[in-house]
Amino acid sequence: MNETATLDIPVSQGDEDRYRLKLGPQHPATHGVLRVDLELDGETILDCDPQVGYLHRGFEKLAEHRTYAQNLVLTDRLDYIAAMANNVGYCEAVEKLLAIEVPERAKFLRVMVCEMSRLTGHLLWLATHALDIGAMTVFLYCFREREVLLELFAELCGARLTTTYTRLGGVRQDVTHEIMMKLDTFVDDFPACIEEYETLIDTNRIWLKRTIGVGQISGEKAVDLCLTGASLRGSGVDYDIRKHMPYAAYDQMDFEIPLGETGDTYARYRCRMEEMRQSNYILRQCIEKMPPGPIVCDDAPDLVMPVKPGRKVEVDTSARNGLIKLIEDRDVYMEGDIYVATEVPKGELGFYFISDGMGRPYRMHIRSPSFIHIGALATMGKGVMVADLIAIIGTLDVVLGECDR
Amino acid sequence: MLFYIREIMQILIIILQIAVLLGVVLLHVAYVTYFERKIIGHMQVRMGPMIVGWHGLLQPIADGIKSFFKEDVVPEQADKPLFLAAPVICLVAMLAALAVLPFAEGWVLADINIGLLFIFAMSSLASYGIILAGWASNSKYTFLGGLRSMAQVISYEIPMGLSLVGVMMLSGSLNLTEIVTAQENSILSIYLFPQAIGFFVFFIAMLAETNRVPFDLPEAETELVSGYITEYSGMRYAMFFMAEYIGMMVMASIGTVCFLGGWNGPFAIPFFPPFWFILKVYGFLFLFIWIRATLPRYRYDQLMALGWKLLIPLALLNIFLTGLFKILVP
Repeated sequence: MNETATLDIPVSQGDEDRYRLKLGPQHPATHGVLRVDLELDGETILDCDPQVGYLHRGFEKLAEHRTYAQNLVLTDRLDYIAAMANNVGYCEAVEKLLAIEVPERAKFLRVMVCEMSRLTGHLLWLATHALDIGAMTVFLYCFREREVLLELFAELCGARLTTTYTRLGGVRQDVTHEIMMKLDTFVDDFPACIEEYETLIDTNRIWLKRTIGVGQISGEKAVDLCLTGASLRGSGVDYDIRKHMPYAAYDQMDFEIPLGETGDTYARYRCRMEEMRQSNYILRQCIEKMPPGPIVCDDAPDLVMPVKPGRKVEVDTSARNGLIKLIEDRDVYMEGDIYVATEVPKGELGFYFISDGMGRPYRMHIRSPSFIHIGALATMGKGVMVADLIAIIGTLDVVLGECDR
Repeated sequence: MLFYIREIMQILIIILQIAVLLGVVLLHVAYVTYFERKIIGHMQVRMGPMIVGWHGLLQPIADGIKSFFKEDVVPEQADKPLFLAAPVICLVAMLAALAVLPFAEGWVLADINIGLLFIFAMSSLASYGIILAGWASNSKYTFLGGLRSMAQVISYEIPMGLSLVGVMMLSGSLNLTEIVTAQENSILSIYLFPQAIGFFVFFIAMLAETNRVPFDLPEAETELVSGYITEYSGMRYAMFFMAEYIGMMVMASIGTVCFLGGWNGPFAIPFFPPFWFILKVYGFLFLFIWIRATLPRYRYDQLMALGWKLLIPLALLNIFLTGLFKILVP
């Protein structure tokens, strides 16, 4: 708190070399609407104080007035770069709360879309991170591959970004043969694309100079700052929910968790590049192992509003293959609280529910990795130069939609 | 009376020559932007401008008209006279540097004996425009851009000057025409091979001097929004833009004249002697663009370290070696 206060009072007399700069919220490198209040001496940052809230939409409060099924669409708008992963994270949490068992095929489909969205997330991260450091061409190369994935999303569920693909108890649409064929081609081609990005920047002397030793953070410190995802693994801490607390079908997948050693921007960059390769490998396994069967479980909750006592609602049960059931039919809305975390591209996305058995959350808290990573920016940004701060914002991989919620 | 007429005619001819040169160069500047956008576009798996004219050929003209009719916004807090003057200083200094460039044998406006020094003076003067723009806008981003530019120009003017000392020693002249003629005795009639170190230093310093990637720190868009041109709009913005591209062309011309044998080529082109000169200049410009599409950006302190710790010692070594060569091989 004290640090925040020092940035509010003017620079003291005789110390006019220091000056204040409000970087953002409409700055090109702040990945949305992040504002960072800086105190500078020349180009060196003396004090750094990130300000959030420019994209606040009140999702957590909003969720208290909507049913569990309706809240699903809110999760698209968290990390809009990887909406699929948020959908899966939310559904995993609610299903655990309601004790719903998901069919095997749906689990595999969830892993598949999760890894596809991890690729879109990481591709966008690489694109913007490279652009922040000045390598413009990588940006467009990444978007070329990202476009393929987004087109596949559109083919799968009709939307490129706000997908709302999963359902409580399964997924919304099944994959067609064409989608699988296209994905198969993509998975075949993608490793060569990663190599293409690497030829541009991996051993580039300027890239190395700009990333090695920049934003260095030890494993202990990273844990203290609650970093998750590749930002934590870059410091050598082996923590990946997909591996250590498997959800969906991750326990049947064979993949490795790439770890960095040095904990600097370059280590995190390497980590994410390797993660892309692993994701690609998981996608390959999904294509090969995809089991047949239903995509939604039989007792999945419906999409209608909870019925007020004493009111009977007629529902056309043929509309959704007889899956629609009235809320009042279910008595599984338990009381109590639950926290379930999943691994989204940015890190650990957790949903915390307090349920009072009414069919809608009494309280929904979202533990978003971006918010916590921005918190770490205050520590990591001190004493570096302005250009490094931009690199650190890039390497922490923040999305303000998820941070502000 | 007749005497005066001749004088007046001479002045008129010079004015005509200047007008033609300006016209040709500005047209080239317009199409260098097109050239850049197209090349970078294709390097980045996209098409570049395609809408205005066939394959976007009229795009530069549309851009020119657009910037000409845009509102010229002056920020309220700005230092008005300096803010208005800065782009003019930049552009005029760069245009003045064109006067001494020999495009072909005898195709030069002012064949003066200190041609090389004159160009240095003018390109340093242009950086005043940048610094003043950064200062007068009264905005923190432009201020940082101005500071960076000041430090960068001072640091890179020195290795650039030193890298050309070797050429001066070999040719024994500062006159650009004489430098070209002196190269005819060298290997392949270019100084590139005897002055390889000098060329290396010159090339890097040239990128820095023109604020191009990987040294585009004064206008690093992801750090300083647009650096010193953040507050500019309309024609004044276009003036900075033109100054930057003329600067690129001037630097490419110096490189051509001092290291690549100017207008001399493998065989003479009839009726159009500057052919090889223009080809070489465009070769340089292509390198500028290629580098822009490939490399990330240096950090401010790394840029300083590169200039002072690597380029200046290398340039001094080059001078020493050239001197040794001159003594040993008379």
